[in-house]
Amino acid sequence: MMSALMSAATPTTTWYLVLSAVLFGIGTVGVLVRRNPLVMFMCIELMLNAVNLSFVAFARRMGDIGGQTTVFFVMVVAAAEVVVGLGIIVSIMRKRPGANVDDISALKG
Amino acid sequence: MELFVFVVAAAMILAGAIGVVVRSHPVHAALSLILTLFGVAVMFVAQEAHFLAAVQVIVYAGAIVVLFLFVIMLLGVDRTEDIKTEPFKVQRPLAVIVGLGVIGLVTAAVVASRDVVSSRGSGLVTPDMADPDSNIRQLSRSLFGDYVVAFEVTSILLVVAVVGTVLLTRRVKPVVKEAS
Repeated sequence: MMSALMSAATPTTTWYLVLSAVLFGIGTVGVLVRRNPLVMFMCIELMLNAVNLSFVAFARRMGDIGGQTTVFFVMVVAAAEVVVGLGIIVSIMRKRPGANVDDISALKG
Repeated sequence: MELFVFVVAAAMILAGAIGVVVRSHPVHAALSLILTLFGVAVMFVAQEAHFLAAVQVIVYAGAIVVLFLFVIMLLGVDRTEDIKTEPFKVQRPLAVIVGLGVIGLVTAAVVASRDVVSSRGSGLVTPDMADPDSNIRQLSRSLFGDYVVAFEVTSILLVVAVVGTVLLTRRVKPVVKEAS
C-alpha cells in the first residue's frame, strides 16, 4: 500500500513549478521588506534560482536541452551581476559605514 | 523515491529561503542561502541536469556565497540589523500581500494548465545516449553549436564585469605633495 501511494504521488512538472513560484514569492517579499543591501542581493539570488528551477523542469518536460543552456547563461550573468553589485556596495559602504538602502536613495555621493 | 527526494529538497529550499528573509544577522542569512542553493542543486539532479547541479554547487555555494561572506566581513557590517522597526507603517503588510499575490497567481496559472504540463514528459536521456555523460554531451552540443555566439558574448561580459569592479573599488591613492 505504501509503495502504491509512493508511485501514485510521483512529483510531476507541476510540483516543481509550484515550488518555483513559492521560492520566487519569498524572494520578492525579501527584496521589498529588507533594508540591508547585501540581504536584498541574496533575495535577488533566490528569485534567480526559482526561475532556474522552472527552466530545468520545463527542459525535462519538453525533452529539450535548450532550457538547461539558458540556465547556464543565467548563472553566468548572475555571477557577473553579483560581482558588480558587491563592488558598488563596497565603494558606498566605505564612504558611509552602516548605510541601508534608505540612506543611499539619492543616487549620488 | 523521487517523492522522498522532492519533499526533502523542497523543505531545504523553503527553510533556507525563509531564513534569508527573516534572519536579522547578514551572516546567518548567507548561510541560509547556502541551504537553499544546495536544495536547488538536489532538484537539478532529480531533473536530469547533472552538469548544472555541479555548476550550482561550485559557482553559487562555492563562489557567490563566499563572496557575500567576504564582503560582509570586509565591511564589518556583521552586526544584527534591527528588523523590528519598519520605516513605513504599511510597507510590510503590503509586501506580504504582493508576495502572496505573486505566489497565488503563478500557482493558479500552473494548476490551470496542469493538463498540458503535468505529465513527466519524455525526459532528456535518449536511448542511444544513455551513458552517464549524456547530459554534458547534450549541453555542450547545444552550447557550442546553437548558442556559440551568446557564449562568446558572455566572455566579454565577464571581462567587462571584472574590469569595472576593479575600477569601482580601487582606492585612489592621495597625491603626496613633495616637500620642496
